[in-house]
Amino acid sequence: MTTAVADAHDAHEHHGPEKGIKRWLFTTNHKDIGTMYLIFSLIMFFAGGSMALVIRSELMTPGLQFVHPEFFNQMTTMHALIMVFGAVMPAFVGLANWMIPMMIGAPDMALPRMNNWSFWILPVAFGLLASTLFMPGGAPASGWTMYPPLVLQTGDAFPFLIFSIHLMGLSSIMGAINIIVTILNMRAPDMWLLKMPMFVWTWLITAYLLIAVMPVFAGAVTMLLTDQFFGTSFFLAAGGGDPVMFQHIFWFFGHPEVYIMILPAFGVVSEIIPTFSRKPLFGHDSMVYAASCIAFLSFIVWAHHMFTVGMPLSGQLFFMFSTMLIAVPTGVKVFNWIATMWRGSMTFETPMLFSLGFVFLFTIGGFSGLMLAIAPADIQYHDSYFVVAHFHYVLVPGSIFALMAGAYYWLPKWTGHMYNETAGKLHFWMSTIFVNLTFFPMHFLGLAGMPRRIPDYSTQFADFNWMASVGAIGFGLSQLIFVYVLLTSKKGEKATDRVWEAPRGLEWTVPSPAPYHTFDTPPVKRVSEEAFE
Amino acid sequence: MLRKSFLSLLGLHWAGAANADWALNMPRGITELSAETYDLHMMVFWWCVAIGVVVFGVMIISLFLHRKSRGAKAATFSHSTGAEVIWTIIPCIILLVMAVPAAETMIRLEDSRDPDVSIVITGYQWKWHYKYQDEDVEFYSSLALPSVKARFKESGVDPFSVENYLLEVDRPLVVPRGKKVRLLMTSNDVIHSWWVPDLAIKKDAIPGIINEVWFRATETGTFRGQCAELCGKDHGYMPIVVEVVEPDAYQAWVDTRQDGGAQVAQMEN
Repeated sequence: MTTAVADAHDAHEHHGPEKGIKRWLFTTNHKDIGTMYLIFSLIMFFAGGSMALVIRSELMTPGLQFVHPEFFNQMTTMHALIMVFGAVMPAFVGLANWMIPMMIGAPDMALPRMNNWSFWILPVAFGLLASTLFMPGGAPASGWTMYPPLVLQTGDAFPFLIFSIHLMGLSSIMGAINIIVTILNMRAPDMWLLKMPMFVWTWLITAYLLIAVMPVFAGAVTMLLTDQFFGTSFFLAAGGGDPVMFQHIFWFFGHPEVYIMILPAFGVVSEIIPTFSRKPLFGHDSMVYAASCIAFLSFIVWAHHMFTVGMPLSGQLFFMFSTMLIAVPTGVKVFNWIATMWRGSMTFETPMLFSLGFVFLFTIGGFSGLMLAIAPADIQYHDSYFVVAHFHYVLVPGSIFALMAGAYYWLPKWTGHMYNETAGKLHFWMSTIFVNLTFFPMHFLGLAGMPRRIPDYSTQFADFNWMASVGAIGFGLSQLIFVYVLLTSKKGEKATDRVWEAPRGLEWTVPSPAPYHTFDTPPVKRVSEEAFE
Repeated sequence: MLRKSFLSLLGLHWAGAANADWALNMPRGITELSAETYDLHMMVFWWCVAIGVVVFGVMIISLFLHRKSRGAKAATFSHSTGAEVIWTIIPCIILLVMAVPAAETMIRLEDSRDPDVSIVITGYQWKWHYKYQDEDVEFYSSLALPSVKARFKESGVDPFSVENYLLEVDRPLVVPRGKKVRLLMTSNDVIHSWWVPDLAIKKDAIPGIINEVWFRATETGTFRGQCAELCGKDHGYMPIVVEVVEPDAYQAWVDTRQDGGAQVAQMEN
């Protein structure tokens, strides 16, 4: 800790948080809002996870045991919507809120009131979405992709689904604007763009993706709304519309969305691996270019989700080639992480374990992604459990492992105490074993011909489904260890300001726990140099 | 069912599941293009294995050698333009090697000219309708009765006791071996997808659109598949069965269906 920071902090001691509920309702503090985002996403993670367990329990053995097919479809739909928009995305926004101002030496986010609003919209959006479970006709059951005409068969839940998506989009767009403005305007004086930490960089790119595609998504669902209630026929063949057009618009949003969920994960891992390798990140600039390349490519690959809809040959070839290209910048990222570890001096605390798990298992998801890019083979993989295995590999041991890694990495900075390392390691190993037990057999199921989104299956698929279900229950229970770690997070020994042996970045120059206000005055050059060296 | 789960937990599951065949991989299938698709799949798979061995190998070596507990001292290098150029160019070359055969197969897949038999397939919630274009044959094909009896909650029927549970239909699609069969796909309500892994065919049946695919079966036999696009509550209950028979047997089947088929169609309409 430097005296400059401490003085700035002492001078504002009177400017602490409000008391009681008002602190959380009216807060404009990036740390409070970050905390709320993170807690909200954890609750959503368990809500979506319980739905996953309903799905896996039903699929444990052939025949219907627990639920009816229509409720099964509601579960798959809600599980996806909640995990994507309620768990993974808000969790990364939470990390961004907490860490970006501290990493760039800013006192807060640039637009603190909007920040409050963009969080408080979320509980409303998910309250609306969850209420559909109790409506006539049940929750949406058309899959999170909401393809018409099927989605138009949704019951009373339909307008609530659309409106909750509008709200989520609003929240995301405001969050993204805030992050961009903060990063571009509020950096410490000597932090020029290419000196920014990787987490800040990946979030800057992600925020641009959000602004580009969330309005597209809002437009697509609004067209669904008018098709349903106002007599338009955007997607209805009988009225001259085109059901496939929805898929094009949806995936023009949907594919960048995938990278919205993984680029910040790249950023987190790029912070953690150097710290525990005690070596600077290998190829910082090429990592930035690779992330930008991925972001650009994400806009021109969308129809690889649609190789079976009957596109012209030239279209299929274009989307196959552009999709394969993504492997190059993604490969650069993985190689750079390994080069960062190479000839380092590694230790294996929980954040590092989760990051290493990320690199291994995300790469496996990348391999199946490359296989899926090969259009003729994709025709076989498409809408089978192979796809389910693929996207869960990039989302669970991908995005979620990175989120866990980030949580363990910064937790001492947030609470001022070291977390329970034994419990953290147990959490990692249990999660890793069970995540593989859950999702690896799904590759085999898909290749053997099991379609996704079915409540019951032929007996030949029984064994692998049983394995996957056992794994899912184990993975779900393992996450309770994380709750235990959080509940006991203030009981550990006091954390130092730097927390770890060799972390880099401005966030480690402020005290632990981070005071309510940090960097009231921009860090002086000396501080930044120390952090950047 | 409870007993079954209990046995599973005891680890006796593998012995109990007589129907399990532990299928691990994509079937090679019975058409030229399904074999090509399979070969592409395996080629990319082995490339991934090879890349994985190298990448994970280096990573694991590093995890063993460069750990603090072994007294490793951290180096300070932070970039190497040479290395980065190499690991950008090599993946590009590998991708090119994969892309060429994939594109060739793709072009063949799309060439549905000059078919011998054309069949219009219409998806319904939740069954299929087949109409042979040049013959007076059309019929619906839906889930077979034994599966229907077993599929409901608390049906009291053990799925393991039903042959081809959820993969059997009342009236299969019959096609001749060795002939180019063109399938024209559409739907009457929502989007469905007609998938038979052994034919390497999966094509969406979309209302208002007619999609085309083709195949030429090289073997006779019965081949099974399912609807692959979520189409509502009974999405899991609209299987596909294709019977490939010798051309003369096919002609005989068509002759018997021409009258009976019309009656069946009339009855069902």
